[in-house]
Amino acid sequence: MTTVTKSKKSVAVNPLKQSPPLGAALAFLGLKGIVPLFHGSQGCTAFAKVLLVRHFREAIPLATTAMTEVSTILGGEDNIEQAILTLVEKAQPDLIGLLTTGLTETRGDDMNGILKSIRQRHPELDSLPIIFVSTPDYKGALQDGFAAAVQSIVSTDYGTPVETFQFNSLPQVTILAGSQLSPGDVEEIKEIVETFGLKPLMIPDLSGSVDGHLDDDYNSKTPGGTSLEQLQQLDRSLFTIAIGESMRPAAEILQQRFGTEYEVIPRLAGLAPVDSFIWQLAQIIDAQTDPRFLGSPQIPARYKRQRRQLQDAILDTHFYLGGKKISLALEPDLLYQTIWLLKDMGAEIQAAVTTTKSPLLKELAIDNVTIGDLEDLEDLAVGSDLIITNSQGKGLADKLNIPLYRMGYPIYDRLGNGSRCLVGYRGTMQFLFDLGNIFIELGH
Amino acid sequence: MTKPKIADLLNEPGCEHNHKKEKGKNKACTQQAKPGAAQGGCAFDGASIALVPITDAAHLVHGPIACAGNSWGSRGSLSSGATTYKMGFTTDISENDIVFGGEKRLYKAIAQVIKRYHPPAVFVYSTCVTALIGDDLDAVCEAATKKFATPIIPVNSPGFVGSKNLGNRLAGESLLDYVVGTAEPEYTTPYDINLIGEYNIAGELWGVLPLFEKVGIRVLSKITGDATFEEIRYAHRAKLNVMICSKALINMGRKMEERYGIPYIEESFYGVEDMNRCLRNIAQKIGDEALKQRVETVIAEEIAKLDIALAPYRARLKDKKMVLYTGGVKSWSVMSAAQDLGMKVVATSTKKSTEEDKAKIKKLLGKDGIQLAKGNAQEILRVIKKTQADMLVAGGRNQYTALKARIPFLDINQERHNPYAGYVGLIEMAKEFDRALHSPIWQQVRQPAPWETEESQELEVLKDTPSDIRSQKLEARS
Ligand code: SF4
Repeated sequence: MTTVTKSKKSVAVNPLKQSPPLGAALAFLGLKGIVPLFHGSQGCTAFAKVLLVRHFREAIPLATTAMTEVSTILGGEDNIEQAILTLVEKAQPDLIGLLTTGLTETRGDDMNGILKSIRQRHPELDSLPIIFVSTPDYKGALQDGFAAAVQSIVSTDYGTPVETFQFNSLPQVTILAGSQLSPGDVEEIKEIVETFGLKPLMIPDLSGSVDGHLDDDYNSKTPGGTSLEQLQQLDRSLFTIAIGESMRPAAEILQQRFGTEYEVIPRLAGLAPVDSFIWQLAQIIDAQTDPRFLGSPQIPARYKRQRRQLQDAILDTHFYLGGKKISLALEPDLLYQTIWLLKDMGAEIQAAVTTTKSPLLKELAIDNVTIGDLEDLEDLAVGSDLIITNSQGKGLADKLNIPLYRMGYPIYDRLGNGSRCLVGYRGTMQFLFDLGNIFIELGH
Repeated sequence: MTKPKIADLLNEPGCEHNHKKEKGKNKACTQQAKPGAAQGGCAFDGASIALVPITDAAHLVHGPIACAGNSWGSRGSLSSGATTYKMGFTTDISENDIVFGGEKRLYKAIAQVIKRYHPPAVFVYSTCVTALIGDDLDAVCEAATKKFATPIIPVNSPGFVGSKNLGNRLAGESLLDYVVGTAEPEYTTPYDINLIGEYNIAGELWGVLPLFEKVGIRVLSKITGDATFEEIRYAHRAKLNVMICSKALINMGRKMEERYGIPYIEESFYGVEDMNRCLRNIAQKIGDEALKQRVETVIAEEIAKLDIALAPYRARLKDKKMVLYTGGVKSWSVMSAAQDLGMKVVATSTKKSTEEDKAKIKKLLGKDGIQLAKGNAQEILRVIKKTQADMLVAGGRNQYTALKARIPFLDINQERHNPYAGYVGLIEMAKEFDRALHSPIWQQVRQPAPWETEESQELEVLKDTPSDIRSQKLEARS
């Protein structure tokens, strides 16, 4: 069992974590036609926007309620109302994702009351779902904000769909895609699910909105992602697969609301985890077909083949990864996935630093994990062969003269963050090759 | 920060914005985002832009993770020495601190920073939450200064008091109150100047400093690009303040004139005209005949060199039309640079410009030029279409607007990677304009797929016709 140490310092030096509102905004960006609206002062939104734009190299629609010192003291109702009305006029969004910040949480605006009275005054907004999530900056990290937003997304009532039920439509599965998954990862997961003849309902679907495709029109709301119509069909899913431990509460909400059974897949990289994901899908399909027909479930040929390719890649790369000492600083879900994959390759985990609490932290392949910052990583990583963290680790990696492999947010100094895929059989191979190449380059 | 002080800063008499007829707070300085609209940075952002370039100081942000966690390490200022400024320090306060107050944690944080990193000074920034709960930044900094025998400087810049612009000035106030005038330079010369408001983004200063050296002007203090804390302490011994980013730190120029009798002038490093004028004006203010003579010689040399270097670019850039969308002073700076290169600015923003700026812009723009008072992405796209501009020059935030509109784009703001200041900067800018305009990619990103062309639509229709008729038709077409 891993011991979790919380840094005793009063100062975070070179912080590893980003704010929960940023995480919530990121989750909202995976819905189509949405504008994430920060209830706070303008700077929070500007910083979040700059960070996401630099990471994805994409336009990111974010808005603010622009609270001032005075409006904060008086309460934010007017600003929220005005912001919503302005957004409706300017961007005609299908959805609004409203999130709080440290400032407005400290003030303690009664958000439910405010939303209720805005709704009363503006019946014209009846058909516009406002997904609300509380994300004080001083509680948790990006992963917590992302998870909280996903819980709000699956708790919100989107009204009944306009068209009638289609009997011939494919069986639908809800996939809760945690913050450890990049748009490229989400794309891969969708493709796998579709190959099985299932219809994935992704919550959220970053692959449609920040994946870096060139659209024809300028957008002041998200151009892609999971649509309102799809959200209205949440109750029709046969099953929920939650990817990442932080998605468990959202899966539980769906079970309570619609009775949908769920399974949490805490990691989706490495042979065994991908096997169990594929197996899970096969069994969902199997349960759909005639129960009297008892054959073994059909696995699409492409994945049988990819699996063998991955086994080969594991063989080829283990020469370079085996015995290597690796230090990581990542958010809990991504840390768990990455550490176990490295461990399965015979690498040694020298140090692990993370941002926030999680039940997974007790189950890492290492004796100790620190909830801390990059200064902690700098102290712990001395003498390791590789550092894995976000771009902000460049300074310490240079200082310690250890190569850096970038994962997490933000990644400023690498291209292709919108399409990089490191999950599934193929993504795992990519990860192993990336790392193997680093060590070959170094002549290890 | 007390209310009256902020009101004073907003009504800064040195600021052109306040010479307008209307009474009360002027727009450009109080400018805060409107609810639901696009948003700019907060006062804390502005204060860090102005102070973080001090390379050997530690910059400690007192607040929850939002303020520092999402922004540290992302400034484009370069250093020729220390790298402490690149580190992110924050108290990262938790719920507990909000309930019981964050002052203790802040004090301990200062102690820990000093113990491990020994900076010559620590700048401590308040933010929205810590200002709201009423943490007394000044008192903590005062106590810490005494205890650790290191200047601990409070910067009262919570985001919710206003825009980036106001934040710049709040930063200036902190320098005036706690830094300038607290040390003496080793020696002084009659040719000592300060550069104020130049942050060495992408190393721009390094394109200009050699010119000053060549003519015999000594830059005593750089405020704050690539500066050491020490050099700002003795800035009060300069003979002249040269304000570069015009209004951002104008309060420093004016108050240093009041307190130390140092006159100030407002200059720009962008474009030949501006660079010439800057050197001449400095010589005029502090120089003797010999200095003026040296300035003329250097200008003549530089221009001769520049003409040779720019000739091929001038030929390629002549009459190209650009839409320029950037804040404040940069508008006319880039415009005059573009003019040097023979390009036409067909539209530009006047969003953050002062009346004085606007007048200059108008002159440079000519009668057909469009002034964009407000601008969002759609507005920019509309103007690009209308003027049939060849390229968009704007801040990084608009890059994706241009890419989505599929026209050439050049990034001109904070986060940019190329230095454009000085004579050498013009060559850099010419290169960038040229590279952007004549890149082979623009045609590709505009190119429809074979199945999206009209011809392919026709083929689509033909698909259902019998194959012999289809081949006849296809033959007839070719
Ligand atoms: S607006 Fe306030 S809380 Fe937000 S980043 Fe600026 S100082 Fe921090």
